[in-house]
Amino acid sequence: MKCRRCRQPAVIELRRHNAAFCPECFLHHCRSQVRRSLEDFHMIGEGERVLVAVSGGKDSLALWDILLDLGVAADGLYLGLGIGDYSDRSGEFARAFASGRGARLIEVDIPSAYGFGIPEGAAAARRVPCSACGLSKRHLFNQAAVEGGYDVVATGHNLDDEAAVLFGNVLRWSTEYLGRQLPVLPAADGFVRKIKPLVRLGEREMAAYCVLRGIDYIVEECPMAEGNKHLGYKDALNAVEETSPGSKAAFYFGFLDRGAAHFAPEVEAVRQSLGTCAACGSPTTGETCSFCRLVDAATAPLQAPTRRRR
Amino acid sequence: MRVLLRNPRRLVEVAGPRRVHELLAELGVRRESVLVIRGDTLVTDDAVLDDGDEIEVRPVISGGAL
Repeated sequence: MKCRRCRQPAVIELRRHNAAFCPECFLHHCRSQVRRSLEDFHMIGEGERVLVAVSGGKDSLALWDILLDLGVAADGLYLGLGIGDYSDRSGEFARAFASGRGARLIEVDIPSAYGFGIPEGAAAARRVPCSACGLSKRHLFNQAAVEGGYDVVATGHNLDDEAAVLFGNVLRWSTEYLGRQLPVLPAADGFVRKIKPLVRLGEREMAAYCVLRGIDYIVEECPMAEGNKHLGYKDALNAVEETSPGSKAAFYFGFLDRGAAHFAPEVEAVRQSLGTCAACGSPTTGETCSFCRLVDAATAPLQAPTRRRR
Repeated sequence: MRVLLRNPRRLVEVAGPRRVHELLAELGVRRESVLVIRGDTLVTDDAVLDDGDEIEVRPVISGGAL
């Protein structure tokens, strides 16, 4: 198999693009796709400061690497989630990357700062672990960006992530979520802009990028995520993609072109109803935000079992 | 050839020669969900893998909190 650009031996084929690339041209392809997303969706303004949400996995480290190569002023933020050995090793990969690139990595350790890890917090709040983790990340990334004077939070959501989330939202017709499933969420009171520069790249491409760039990342899946719905959606979409390459991209970008705008009014209605969290001051639709409620549940003293009368 | 698989991490022996897509079909793995690495180099679907090769079939799917 030959590289489409230079005709040298290829190392990866991308059936979606009906193309194969050698290492150098593949890296060029990845950077081009990110540059195109940044430009098409107006993700970063001139001179703006970007905070990259870094997990130690392939997507976030590849994103950080590409943004730095494109000349974007991007620092990283790593959240310690308190998921035992998995969190320890993830943090090591994030630190090693930052050190190797001479980039600034900010760290927030949830157990040290808030007194609980995600597994215990999720159990106490009776939430699915990925739900407790997701809301904690969204809250703490935004909070760190606001406090640090950043204009933008960049996350490593790739095409597979977005197609799988879209699939789940369509299955349930979660109209508010559909309205917010965009590559850019504009800044609003209390929120910095959120961007997803990897939406034109699949996760196979991101893993290949890391291998070819020599970026070490945590390959093992988070133990909390095993068997979750999102992985099931990805498997279903990959089954379609095998027989019909390009389906995931057509699904996601077709939604952006022809579907997303239909759900915008609902998002606007929610935005109009936002107040301020009584505990932390973050935007919320309730009296306290979901992160503060999670902290309360996770750190509440254990109640002694009540004795039943006979 | 010796093939490293992940989640859970394990090694299996597979007789060569065979092409990458044949190996993945035999292992029951979707091509979209993995990279195949020989030594420290990525290989394409049509590459021929031989006895004596050290192969890693690396999953690329992650699905935690978004």
